[in-house]
Amino acid sequence: MDILVLMKVVPDVVEELEVGSDGKSLDTSFLRTIINERDDHALEQALLLKDKHGGKVTLLTLDAPDIDDVLFTALAKGADRAVKICGVESVQSTQTAVKLFGETIAKTPGLLPVDLILTGVSAIDDLDGLMAAPIAQQLGWPYAGVVTQVALADKTATVIKEFAGGVRGEYEVPTPAVLGIQAAEKPPRYVPVAKVRAAMKSQTIESVDAPAVEAATTVEVQQMAKPQVTGHAEMLEGSPEEVADKICELLAKRGLL
Amino acid sequence: MSTATASADNGNGVMTLENLAKFPEGQKVYSCMQCGTCAATCPYGEDSEFPPRQIITMLQAGLIEEVFKSSSLLNCVACYACMAKCPRGIRLTEVLLPLVKEQVFAHMTDVPAELQKALQNTLRYGNPMGESPRKRALWTKTSPVPVPVLAEIKRPVDVLWFVECYTSYHPRGQDNSRATAKLFHAAGVDFAILGNEEKCAGECARLLGEKGLFDTLTDYNMKLLRKYPFKRIVTGAAHAYDAFKYQFPAVGFDFELHHTTPFFAQHLDKLKPRLTKKLNYAITYHDSCCLGRHNGFYDEPRALLQAIPGVKLVEMTHTGVNSICCGGGGGGMWLDTYYAAKGYERLSERRVKEALDTGADVLAVSCPYEISRFEDALKVQGGDKRMVVRDVVELLAEALED
Amino acid sequence: MAGNIWIIAEAWRGQVSEITFELLALGREVAGQAGAPLEAVLLGSNARELAQKLGAADSVLYADNAALADPVPENFATALAQLIKEKQPAAVLVPLTNLSVDVGVVLAAQLGVPFLNYCKDLKAEGGNLTATCVLYGGKMEATVTASAKPAIIGILPGARPVEQGRSDKAATITDVAVTLAAPKVHFKRYLESEAGDVDITQKDFLVAVGRGIQTKDNLDLAEDLAATLGGAVCGSRPVIDQGWLGLSRQVGKSGMLVKPKLYVMLGISGAPEHVEGMKGSQCIIAVNTDAAAPIFNVAHYGVVGDALEVAPALTEKIKARKG
Repeated sequence: MDILVLMKVVPDVVEELEVGSDGKSLDTSFLRTIINERDDHALEQALLLKDKHGGKVTLLTLDAPDIDDVLFTALAKGADRAVKICGVESVQSTQTAVKLFGETIAKTPGLLPVDLILTGVSAIDDLDGLMAAPIAQQLGWPYAGVVTQVALADKTATVIKEFAGGVRGEYEVPTPAVLGIQAAEKPPRYVPVAKVRAAMKSQTIESVDAPAVEAATTVEVQQMAKPQVTGHAEMLEGSPEEVADKICELLAKRGLL
Repeated sequence: MSTATASADNGNGVMTLENLAKFPEGQKVYSCMQCGTCAATCPYGEDSEFPPRQIITMLQAGLIEEVFKSSSLLNCVACYACMAKCPRGIRLTEVLLPLVKEQVFAHMTDVPAELQKALQNTLRYGNPMGESPRKRALWTKTSPVPVPVLAEIKRPVDVLWFVECYTSYHPRGQDNSRATAKLFHAAGVDFAILGNEEKCAGECARLLGEKGLFDTLTDYNMKLLRKYPFKRIVTGAAHAYDAFKYQFPAVGFDFELHHTTPFFAQHLDKLKPRLTKKLNYAITYHDSCCLGRHNGFYDEPRALLQAIPGVKLVEMTHTGVNSICCGGGGGGMWLDTYYAAKGYERLSERRVKEALDTGADVLAVSCPYEISRFEDALKVQGGDKRMVVRDVVELLAEALED
Repeated sequence: MAGNIWIIAEAWRGQVSEITFELLALGREVAGQAGAPLEAVLLGSNARELAQKLGAADSVLYADNAALADPVPENFATALAQLIKEKQPAAVLVPLTNLSVDVGVVLAAQLGVPFLNYCKDLKAEGGNLTATCVLYGGKMEATVTASAKPAIIGILPGARPVEQGRSDKAATITDVAVTLAAPKVHFKRYLESEAGDVDITQKDFLVAVGRGIQTKDNLDLAEDLAATLGGAVCGSRPVIDQGWLGLSRQVGKSGMLVKPKLYVMLGISGAPEHVEGMKGSQCIIAVNTDAAAPIFNVAHYGVVGDALEVAPALTEKIKARKG
């Protein structure tokens, strides 16, 4: 069972985000990127399936600052091959990312065939689309998103999707298929730094040139801004005892005690 | 105290479990007479499949691989008790356990979530809390005295103050830092900090077995230290002190080093005349593992506390070399949920029970981990109305004339 | 603006989801600005009676097909694509729920247009659709024009109040036909939530804990408060993931949707995924050490402080009052 995992990086929101001088994009001077959390779960799900069934896990990603760290970490965790699509400026549009991934998958020898393509179901910067469904459309493969469990058998993946209220749905998806992963069955594993350092010495990251794609034009950002703080809570101040008294008062007023 | 390091080179390369016998400290391991003192003194000894004695048995029997597969080494909070008590003088916590734990950690398939997050944060952000590195020096804005940053003042200083993580980010740790800054000023010390450039020294990651993370941080911090002209390093973080003292020499660290507590004890002649505010507290002092058992600073913190007018010092049952660990070392800081799931008693709770028994108003500490650990434990024990936890430097700063 | 404004009604297991009414309320405003009719589209099998509830729309398109009985996004998207081709709407508003988001993305992929995501507000002005989208986990908001025909737009829960989209007006329902082939993906069955000891959706008082309570031990403080209030303890996803509480106690996007009379939040910063599950609570009190925590933009009352201190103090005060 071979699996291709599509990963991208997103702005790390641990750092303060600022609006750039054009007023419609992020200020990149202090911007740090981090692997999209759900792509990390997609990688984990792929590794769990590899642990169970064997096969190869290949990573495909868009080039970005610090992307090598991400890829070597994934290789140290047990992925077999890492490929980055080079020659792309920081890709702001998910539509464009979809085209880059789709063309690269179709045209790069050795990436296909696979049984599954896994990627995070969404990312915090997915403004003009989510990755998995349009890639499935391009390949003509079945798609399922918001997936939290995957079991593989011959030519079929049985997946669990999450709905509301703790209810989930079980689906059968013929493979090859593209799955949008919400969460892996287990949290992404830890890999000791020494293993990552060893991977840096013993493994290589392949590069492919980005295919020429047309930029998406039907979604245009006019302005970007930090959200205005509106409807802020009425703040209760004082020692824990004083605050507790104030809460009791307002609960009593609302007839809740 | 010895400055032996686990990676000391005596011509046989770096010490490993395989070539242990080629090193004097390694040979000592094989002198173990299986008396079991280590297991008996280990705070989690009864809960552990492989206390130090058993590890040595397995090593001698060529079965050390079995130890690697066990998660029982997660119970080791690097309290130095086994090493302090070993009648053969085997440097367990310094030499043997890190080597074994490194292998255990490499073999571990399920790293407890809380610990995993702390390690990933430390690698990515340089602090286990996952706070922005660009906010590391933000606390200085709330300091009562100016705190110069080396990159900004562009001149040599006497003291480079290595602040560390909890003391930079944790609200109670920042109290410690503000107090320390005030004391430096009072003692007339010319000091500066590394500011946002500083990263965790990583000692707890090392003692947990995450040696690669420690090495990465050491490379970074050592390069950083070489960038600036200063005479000596002072840190209030007991684990960072240990890292600098015992590990950094292997990468060329040869600076004069002090922990804040003994450093201020040395400056007591300058400080004492300014300690004019009377603090009518009964204080019991907790000997931390690093500062106490590992480095022998038992008298200095007590001398500082006794220099404060009005203070009455009372002792707990277990003090000095027999002090009870707070449970936060060697990764224990991020394993509370893991230990709780295993049904272990929290060491910090064991410790505050003793502290409460003294009837003291204040539990004084000198390691930044202990504030939050003991404050939590006091809440759990219902003792937070009777006793507060304060760092020695906080108490000194409080007693300073305004 | 040429073309109607569509909202995709979400019906699930015999009920119209509340977000449908939120979309109707938003859609009504947009349709007014565009000078176009608001049309609701309901797809289902033997679900025509549900279409009656969509009277806030000028008209309702109802497609009945046996293949629309189960939540197979591909079928819903294919059906919608057929209707869109025929009716040429200007905009299609899709609920951003785990159930409907796949319908939206598959539909956009089939039509080869973008899926405008994370939209919390939408306007029609000067022949253009302008959306406000929430990016980077709520750290930024982008003002975006969508010029695709049609614009497929995913609307976040809470864009408008549910009540604003309800109407007693009889819906004008038009039956439409769709042709559906066998889908590639097969729905097998529902898996119900794990049998829980407590149904948190039925409680008037909930005490919610987040990672801010630091350790599992501190759950006791929340349990004490909940018991004193006569309610139950629930949690955000990280707390459930750490195994501190069972899955049946999870509130949020992938957990339970709750609307208690009182929702006390201890150490929850207010990730959008959690807010989604509790924003309808009648009174929300948040305790968090971080004054900048986004939850203070959601809560009615806020306390900047240590939940581990405030919770026991509050328990004592309530006990005292209740005698």
